[in-house]
Amino acid sequence: MARAINRRTILKGTAAGAALASLPWGRAALAESKPVKVGLLTVLTGPLAQGGIQMKEGVVAFMKDKNYTLAGRKVDLIIGDTGGNPAGAKAKTQELVERDHVDFIIGPLAAFEMIAISDYVARHKVPLLCLAGADNMTQRTPNPYFIRASATASQCGFPLADYVRKEMKLSRMDTIVEDFAFGYEQEGGFQLVFTAEGGTIAKRLWTPIQTPDYTPYLAQISDVDGVWQGFAGSNPINFMKQYAAFGLKKKYPVVGGWTAFDDALLPSFGNDAVGAVSGAFYSVSYDSPSNNHFVELLLRETHKTPGGYAAGCYINGMCVEAALEKLDGNTSSPEKTIAALRSLSFKDSPRGPFHFDHFGNVVGNVFIRRLERKNGKLVNTIVKTYPNVSQFWTYNEKAYLATPLFSRNKVPAKI
Amino acid sequence: MSLRHALSTPDAEKASLSTRLLALGIVLALLVTVPIWVPNSYYVNICSQILIWAVFALGLNILVGYAGLVSLGQSGLFGIACYTAAYLVSIGTPHFEAGLAAIGLAIVTSAVFAVLSLRTTGISFLMITLALGEILWGIAYRWVSVTGGDNGISVNTRPTPFGISLASPSAFYYSTLIIFLVVVAAMYVFVESPFGISLRGTRDQARRMTTLGYNVWLIRFLAFMFSGLIAGVAGLQFFYYEKFVSPYVLSLSTSATVLLMVISGGVATLLGPIVGAALVIVMQYVVSAYIQQWNLVLGAIFVAIILFMPEGLVPGSLRLWRALRRRRGSAPAVVTVPVEPES
Repeated sequence: MARAINRRTILKGTAAGAALASLPWGRAALAESKPVKVGLLTVLTGPLAQGGIQMKEGVVAFMKDKNYTLAGRKVDLIIGDTGGNPAGAKAKTQELVERDHVDFIIGPLAAFEMIAISDYVARHKVPLLCLAGADNMTQRTPNPYFIRASATASQCGFPLADYVRKEMKLSRMDTIVEDFAFGYEQEGGFQLVFTAEGGTIAKRLWTPIQTPDYTPYLAQISDVDGVWQGFAGSNPINFMKQYAAFGLKKKYPVVGGWTAFDDALLPSFGNDAVGAVSGAFYSVSYDSPSNNHFVELLLRETHKTPGGYAAGCYINGMCVEAALEKLDGNTSSPEKTIAALRSLSFKDSPRGPFHFDHFGNVVGNVFIRRLERKNGKLVNTIVKTYPNVSQFWTYNEKAYLATPLFSRNKVPAKI
Repeated sequence: MSLRHALSTPDAEKASLSTRLLALGIVLALLVTVPIWVPNSYYVNICSQILIWAVFALGLNILVGYAGLVSLGQSGLFGIACYTAAYLVSIGTPHFEAGLAAIGLAIVTSAVFAVLSLRTTGISFLMITLALGEILWGIAYRWVSVTGGDNGISVNTRPTPFGISLASPSAFYYSTLIIFLVVVAAMYVFVESPFGISLRGTRDQARRMTTLGYNVWLIRFLAFMFSGLIAGVAGLQFFYYEKFVSPYVLSLSTSATVLLMVISGGVATLLGPIVGAALVIVMQYVVSAYIQQWNLVLGAIFVAIILFMPEGLVPGSLRLWRALRRRRGSAPAVVTVPVEPES
């Protein structure tokens, strides 16, 4: 079990710090030993909690591994539970910024939470290391205090579509995903590249976020080469179960986004998802020293296979550490801090080498993985790695930004 | 003449009146000085939130407490004010006009809600208001070109009434305090007004009120509009507090939260919804920082309220306090009975 950060110990620490500061000889020592404050916005209660808890596990495991010391400074990790709604995200952000005066914020989980706090965070100049997909945060309405080391909602869909067209040779597909912004943007990314390379999307199906029975949607899938699904949370498990039971698994192969076949979901899938191909910014089976260390650490700390949520937050932790090292531990200027964060470049991380573009969005690996059963265990085997994938894929940035954001109604045919 | 006047001596009456005035003065002084004695702007913001939700809950209390109509569609009225203001401000309408339009549309919506839902009472009324609220939620979620779908609408300014900027937490707090005090005063006048008394009559003896020649439907309709007006005011404030609106404000959980505030504090009391709002907001935003399972604690508190003070925190605490004093035998037996409507 990960060590829960107790607010009381933090308060005690601050009180001790304040007492120390009141002594004349304590000041110099304090300047160096003052802890760097990292806030984590996540969802620990409600329907989104599954991913939120993994985010917390990723950050806590990273900090524990570093003994809560980054670049020579102690770290206070303050965890705020947003409850998975915009008002809660706003209130918790205010708490982290105005009461706790954090130097960094990691999170939040959902795009609508991110959009609710974006202006506030930019005005208070707090560097934010985000996991939410919301494309426009690094595109049409960029936030200068923002970096995203995971991926935009559409980013993993581009190489997946390329792979599906060129290697799997599928040319006609139906898509199905939850009816909300993360779904539109994920589907849009896949559809754009798929149609640009000559494929056809026959039907786009949108389901309510909570759908106990997918039968009415499954009945509409016919006369295609395959199906793309972009479900998130625990929906993929339910969907794949019904997809197999409906007899579609034998007819139409399934491909999907990173949340749809996340490594953390594998123990729950059974045989229903075997053979599925997905595009993801992270994979447990990626073989690198950094990833092997991460997986081993998380298995030890949580006894669970980590997935994209934990990896994304762990990588954010690495970014905080690397930025602090660049700044010699001095976080007094938020402008310099965000500049340091954006200039980071990693040779090795759990997701492989990556750096940031001038919007603060990641440029790095996207793994194409096939879900297989090996030695009785389900694993996502990497079948192809697309290196240096940008949020604009191979398109010209200006031309890309001139098109509207992917929506339920509109996806450009080509750029 | 009410029982209360018959039983209490003039001296006791005078003493309790002056204690009440003193208590009121102290509370007012504390409220006005919040930005001075509250150590951190974060907590000033929490106080603003409590006042906004208290206004919202006071408005719902008209329906739940005084009209006996339990509504689960109140978030619709709250949210439509949020969305109207957000949309108008985002296309460049001045704040004043946007605010007026927001409250106006909230009143119009409440009239539509009232016409549709007042055909029934009880559970049917609850279900119709629930359905109406969900329709608005669905529209906000789907009409992406206007509402932005689940990404919502962000604005980055607050209004500057009389040239005073409300950008800082303290300035915004004072604006919510003024509106809160006005609404409390309005509620105080309303409850004892002939209209308020006839509304309670429709709650307790609807059929008798009809035979007496009162238009029960019209009384309920007007009460619904009044409640909608206050929900609209609260919605407008909430929007300017957040400077962001998303379908969450129209969701069932918003309606349920405000209803819990009213019920846990005490229905048909002036203080109940305010105490309920403070309880829920403090649990949600302050206690949650210390206890991860804060909603478990909140649930336990609600269960305790139902078990020990089914009438709500405020009336329940008063009852316990009186029982305690009577047992000690130190106080004269003052029996307070609600004023009966003259009929």
